Amino acid sequence: MSAPVLEVANLSVAIKGSGDRPHAVRGINLAVGANEIVCVVGESGSGKSVTAQAVMGLLPKAAMAVETGSIRLEGEELTTKSDADLRAIRGTRMAMVFQEPMTALNPVERVGDQIGEVLEIHTDLDPRERRQRVLEIMRAVHLPDPEQMIDAYPHQLSGGQRQRIMIAAALVLDPALLIADEPTTALDVTTQAQILKLVREMQGRKKTGVLFITHDFGVVSEIADRVVVMQLGRIVEQGPAEEVLRNPREDYTRMLLASVPSMTPPKRVPVTGQVVLQTEKLFKTYGKRSLFQPRARIVNAVNDVSLLVRRGETLGIVGESGSGKSTVARCIARLVPPSSGAIKIDGSDIAGMTEAAFRPVRQRVQFIFQDPYRSLNPRRTVGEAIIEGPMNFGLSRGEALQRARELMSVVHLSPEALDRYPHQFSGGQRQRICIARALAMRPEVLIGDEPVSALDVSVQAQVLKLLDEVRRRFNLAVLFITHDLRVAAQVCDRIAVMQRGVIVEQGTTSDVFAAPQHEYTRALFDAAPGRNREFFAGAAAGA
Amino acid sequence: MADVILDTPVVAEPAKPAVSIRKMAHNPAVMFGGAVILIVLLMALLAPWLGTVDPTAINPIARNKVPGTEISVRTDTGERIKMVARFGTDSLGRDVYSRVVYGARVSLLVGVSVALISVACGMFIGVLAGFFRILDAIIMRIMDGLMAIPAILLAIAMVSLFRSSVWTVIIAITVPQVPGVVRLVRSIVLSVREEPYVEAAVTLGTSTPKLLWRHVLPNTIAPMIVQGTFICASAILVEAILSFLGIGVPPEVPTWGNIMAEGRQVFSLFPHNIIYPGIFLAMTILAVNVLGDGLRDILDPKMAKRV
Repeated sequence: MSAPVLEVANLSVAIKGSGDRPHAVRGINLAVGANEIVCVVGESGSGKSVTAQAVMGLLPKAAMAVETGSIRLEGEELTTKSDADLRAIRGTRMAMVFQEPMTALNPVERVGDQIGEVLEIHTDLDPRERRQRVLEIMRAVHLPDPEQMIDAYPHQLSGGQRQRIMIAAALVLDPALLIADEPTTALDVTTQAQILKLVREMQGRKKTGVLFITHDFGVVSEIADRVVVMQLGRIVEQGPAEEVLRNPREDYTRMLLASVPSMTPPKRVPVTGQVVLQTEKLFKTYGKRSLFQPRARIVNAVNDVSLLVRRGETLGIVGESGSGKSTVARCIARLVPPSSGAIKIDGSDIAGMTEAAFRPVRQRVQFIFQDPYRSLNPRRTVGEAIIEGPMNFGLSRGEALQRARELMSVVHLSPEALDRYPHQFSGGQRQRICIARALAMRPEVLIGDEPVSALDVSVQAQVLKLLDEVRRRFNLAVLFITHDLRVAAQVCDRIAVMQRGVIVEQGTTSDVFAAPQHEYTRALFDAAPGRNREFFAGAAAGA
Repeated sequence: MADVILDTPVVAEPAKPAVSIRKMAHNPAVMFGGAVILIVLLMALLAPWLGTVDPTAINPIARNKVPGTEISVRTDTGERIKMVARFGTDSLGRDVYSRVVYGARVSLLVGVSVALISVACGMFIGVLAGFFRILDAIIMRIMDGLMAIPAILLAIAMVSLFRSSVWTVIIAITVPQVPGVVRLVRSIVLSVREEPYVEAAVTLGTSTPKLLWRHVLPNTIAPMIVQGTFICASAILVEAILSFLGIGVPPEVPTWGNIMAEGRQVFSLFPHNIIYPGIFLAMTILAVNVLGDGLRDILDPKMAKRV
């Protein structure tokens, strides 16, 4: 390998003030060669984003500072550079792509101008030459019809197109190093696949070195030449991608890999219990044409959805953002009223019920939300959160507390935790609390709306296991909404694939995974990162 | 794997109180504002024992005396005593010092009452407007209408319609303050109602009044404390203006506003009539505003950064 583009040696970044640890990253060494993609992978709090910010010189000044170590870009030391010098280097010799393409772009500036801004600052091209260069780079990142799109505003583009604009802006001056901080995390799986392909292509074009930060081992297996695994600010393991993914040396890496759910669904016995939840021709329409707005846009968020869930069965609804999968769940929990159709719980239709008539049914349908940080009231203790529901339905405080204590052990938390506040718990623990809160109502139907999407992969595996445990123990009908095919493969008995409000395919998980019928389903499977790879190899050796 | 969780220590962090007392003690703005307000409050409460005489006692012999002049005044029991008029006397011979000390009562009463009433009304109406979409359109149009009326004009109209009393003044100042509070509360409620924990409470069957009380209303308290202090300051000022214009509280009740109004004609000769109540008024309003700023920095860091 030739001289590395980026060389980080013995880097420590100190956290100012009192944090949970004194260093965000501590004594890390890594290098990125030309024409090489290095993936930094780790769970939240591992220091992977701080590493990227330190290289870019973008550490939040009030909170963090480089303490020791060196960062060299093409042999040139960056840690001692002044702000002005760093500004000159950023954009020309190193550039960054961020996670959220909507907030990283200025909403009131044309995208062409935003790419051109880089040229305006760092070159002395005249406006016409600049426009020419912008069009070239937009063509290179495969944006359709660049002549039109150059004058568009960010909101007129899709998420994938915005991320292409970001990549174009980063690469317009052919920097030696590209840093990508979770660039595909906010994107749908099919878009993600395209962006990953683009990063590969662009990197090969000018032999750019890429530092790619991600939490997703699927993405790693798609794109990485080398892998750096981080945990709590330290590098646990690094090496060529194949080697780390196949034969991880460290326990932590093995544990992470073993936590990645397999794409192959396990064998499941078909559930034949009684049907608890059934929807018939469910519609949810947003927007209404009226006398005043005869041309108002009407969106069919949920379009003719019929599904059923049996006692003891998990039905997964899989789809990309905007497919209407969450809206179905919210209709069933009566968080939004359906426009038409029937929702039957134990045979009685709740769609048309008044709130008063629905109230007794309310406790039979419980909901688990995606974001464990926002689904618990920060001002109320865990105990109060759990007993709130049962007390609404007439249980005394003592009985409710007794039930809460029992449930805490069901979700593997200590009963003492009842007196604590939500901020004292980690994301995974909070999601356990939310499950206990739902179970306290003695429900028959449990709806999980992306209940593990906000969690780290190792925690995700534990929460999924818990959900499976409680489904068995209480014989629940579970409706599981997810965008993650790997998760769906592991927890669902049957799955329904949704696209633009319509269920395009429905069947047992093993059938759908073995032989997807609809072309959209096939596209989803093709786009799933690392679809052909099982991450269990190392785990077996470690166990 | 799951059993591991039992052993995972729950982060042993003490429960954070909503408002950190220590933070307040370390904030110079809160300390200064609080101290000044405390002094004014004590002054108002202890007025009779602070070497004052009847603030309404007219003394034709001792008209327009400069501060420091010795005058003789009649006490409540009828006997005459000699005393030094620290702040001088006004054109009717009343002791300005006594009038200023007693005047603090009206200012604080008006300021605090207006703040409490407008925040209470505003929270109630704002929560209704924010949570019930049907009420929203109606309530907010009414509030827009109220906002279009200038505060002082409404006060003048109300005082001329009803008997002039402290409570007329308080209500007249409160009404135009309410729409501001309603808007603030409504915007908070609109964002909080989307929080998953509010939706979670819905799925747990929590009734709407309980839901509002437990999960929605607590989010408005910190901004309401901040807003309340600013309303208090502006109410004290508006009351002084009304009294100065002679349309506030009955003229026999001393207030900072009407003390200054009395001294207006003879200001160039005897400025003490205006200077002393003016200093107290300015200091009190400054202190309340500074306290409000300090509280905002502590309770609502996001808003402080934005301003």
